[in-house]
Amino acid sequence: MPLQLLYGIEAAINGLMTGVMYSLVALGFVLIFKASGVFNYAQGVMALFAALTLVGLQNGQVPFAHLINTVFGTHLDRFGWHLPALLAILLAIGVMILFAILVERYLLKYLVGQDPIILFMATIGLAYFMEGFGDLMWGSDIKVIDMSMPLLGLPDGLPQGGSLWIEEHTQFLGDERFYGFFIDKLDIVGAGIAAILVISLMVFSRYTKTGTALRAVADDNQAALSVGISLRTIWVIVWAIAGFVALVAGVMWGAKSGVQFSLSLITLKALPVLMLGGFTSIPGAIIGGMIIGMGEKVFEFIVSSSWFGDAMGFTLNATENWFAYVLALLFLVFRPQGLFGEKIIERV
Amino acid sequence: MLDTGETQETLLEVNNIEVIYNHVILVLKGVSLSVAKGGITALLGGNGAGKTTTLKAISNLLRAERGEVTKGTITYKGKAIDALDPATLVKAGVIQVMEGRHCFEHLTVEENLMTGAYTRRDGKAAVKASLELVYEYFPRLRERRKSQAGYTSGGEQQMVAIGRALMSNPEMVLLDEPSMGLAPQLVEEIFGIVKNLNEQEGVSFLIAEQNTNVALRFAHSGYVLESGRVVMEGPAAELAENPDIKEFYLGMSDEGRKSFRDVRSYRRRKRWLS
Repeated sequence: MPLQLLYGIEAAINGLMTGVMYSLVALGFVLIFKASGVFNYAQGVMALFAALTLVGLQNGQVPFAHLINTVFGTHLDRFGWHLPALLAILLAIGVMILFAILVERYLLKYLVGQDPIILFMATIGLAYFMEGFGDLMWGSDIKVIDMSMPLLGLPDGLPQGGSLWIEEHTQFLGDERFYGFFIDKLDIVGAGIAAILVISLMVFSRYTKTGTALRAVADDNQAALSVGISLRTIWVIVWAIAGFVALVAGVMWGAKSGVQFSLSLITLKALPVLMLGGFTSIPGAIIGGMIIGMGEKVFEFIVSSSWFGDAMGFTLNATENWFAYVLALLFLVFRPQGLFGEKIIERV
Repeated sequence: MLDTGETQETLLEVNNIEVIYNHVILVLKGVSLSVAKGGITALLGGNGAGKTTTLKAISNLLRAERGEVTKGTITYKGKAIDALDPATLVKAGVIQVMEGRHCFEHLTVEENLMTGAYTRRDGKAAVKASLELVYEYFPRLRERRKSQAGYTSGGEQQMVAIGRALMSNPEMVLLDEPSMGLAPQLVEEIFGIVKNLNEQEGVSFLIAEQNTNVALRFAHSGYVLESGRVVMEGPAAELAENPDIKEFYLGMSDEGRKSFRDVRSYRRRKRWLS
C-alpha cells in the first residue's frame, strides 16, 4: 500500500480513539439531559473536579490548604499518606455521589418546573463555581495521575506509549519506510473502558427497575411523579452516575495530559459530538465521538498534506479547532435530532 | 347501578380548600367534598371549573406546577395528607391518572405498566399477579404489551394509564377526564371497566369528567363544580334528574331543546350564585 494511504489510515484510527475520549464526556451530558432535560454545562468541570479530587485524596493533599494557611498562618500541605489508586477511586466516587446530593438539594430542587434555559444558566454558574472551588480546594498546579493498581494487574498504572505489538504486526502493510501503525495504548484502554461503560449503562437502563424509572422520567416527568417515582431521588441517581462518568473521563484525560484546569475545556469538544449523535442517545454519544474524532484527524491529514497543496494551491492547518463544529452545523441543518436522537413520536 | 359498592365510610375528605397558582391566581375558592369508600364519585363541571386542580390538590401534583393549597384540609382515612409528596401518597394507596393520559411514549406498554409498581415493596410475585390482573381487565393491553406506548391508539393509551395506576395496588384512584378525545363506544368501554374494577376489586374512584351523561350513569354520587366552587352535590341518580343539570349539562329541558346561549348565564346567576 502507498505510504500516504497508510498514514491516512493511522490518522483515522488515532482519531477514532480520541473520539471515544470525547464520547466519555458527551456521555455524561446525555445521561443528565435525558433524565431531566437539563443541558449540564458543568459536565466538563465535573470531570476536572473528579480527577482533582482523586489525585488530591491519593496524595494526601490537605483540602483548602492554601486558604487555611493564609487565614491561620499555618503551614499545612500534606497529610503524608499515599493511598492505593483503587481506594482513591472509591473515595472519589463517594465524593461525586455527595456532590450529586448537594446539587439536587441546593440547586435543582428550587428550579423544578422552570424553563430549560434557566436550568442551563444554573449549570453554567455551577461550572464556574466548581472551577473556582476545585482550585481553592486542591490548588491549581498540574498534577500527575498515578493509576497503579496491582490488584487489577496494572502494577505500573494505565499503559502509556505506542503499542509495539500493533506496530510489529502492521509493518507488513507497507514498504521498508513504514514502521507499522503507532497507536497509543492509553487510547486503547480508553476505548475499552468506554465500551464497558456504555454497555453497562444500557443494560442498567433497560433491565433494572431504577433504569426503567429513569427512562420514564425522561419521557414525561409529570406522569412519573404521578405514579410515585420521586423525581428528586432520580435526579440524585442521574447526577451521581454522571459524576462517575465524569470521574472516568477525568482519569483518562488526566492520564493523557495531566490533571490541569484546561481539562474543563473538553466540554467544548463534547458539544459537537452531542449535536452529531443526538442529545438523548447513549450509543449516539459514542458513535458521534468516533465520527468527530476520526473526521477531524483525517480532514487535517488530507488538507495539510503536500499533495493536497499541489492540487489545490493551498493547505490548511489547525483545522481541528473548527472542523467538529462545522460538521455539527451540517448535521443541525439536515438532521436536527442527531444521528441517533430519539424519534419524536407524533401520532396523526 | 346504584346498589353495589358504596359504603357509609368516608375514605377521602376535602374540606373547604383554596388553591392558588403562582401566588396570585385563585383557582379553587373553597371546595369541599367527600368520597365514600368503595364508591365512584363524579366531579362534574365545564372547562376551567377546577376539576383537575381539585384532583391535583389531593394527589399533591400541584406543587410541581407552582400551585399550592392555601386554606382548608384534605384527609384520607382520617389523616391529613396535604403535606405528603406524591410518592408517599401512592404508597398510601392514592394515585392519580392524569388528564390526557400521559403515557411514557418510548417505553413499551408493559414497561409502562411496570412503572406503576415502582413504589411497591411486596415482592416480584405480587407485582406479577397485579400485571396479570390488569391484563385480565384490559385484554387489549396484553396483545400490545411489546409495542411502544407512543404508537398505540388513544383508547389503548387511556387503558395503559389506568392499568399503570392499578399496578400500584391503589385503594383510591383519581381519574381525570378519561373520556377525553375518545369515541363514544370507547368511553363506554372504559367506564364499564372502571365500574367492574370498582365492584370486583373494591377500588374507589373520584372521576373528573365533562361528559356528564356518562359519568352520572356510572357514578354513585357526584359534585358539580363551577368556577372553583361546588354548586351542587348529591347521589348520581338525583343529579341526573335535577332540572338544572338536565338543562345545563345534559342539554335537555321541559320546554324541549333550546339554545344554550339564551338561558345559561341568566339561570345560573339567579339560582346558584345569589
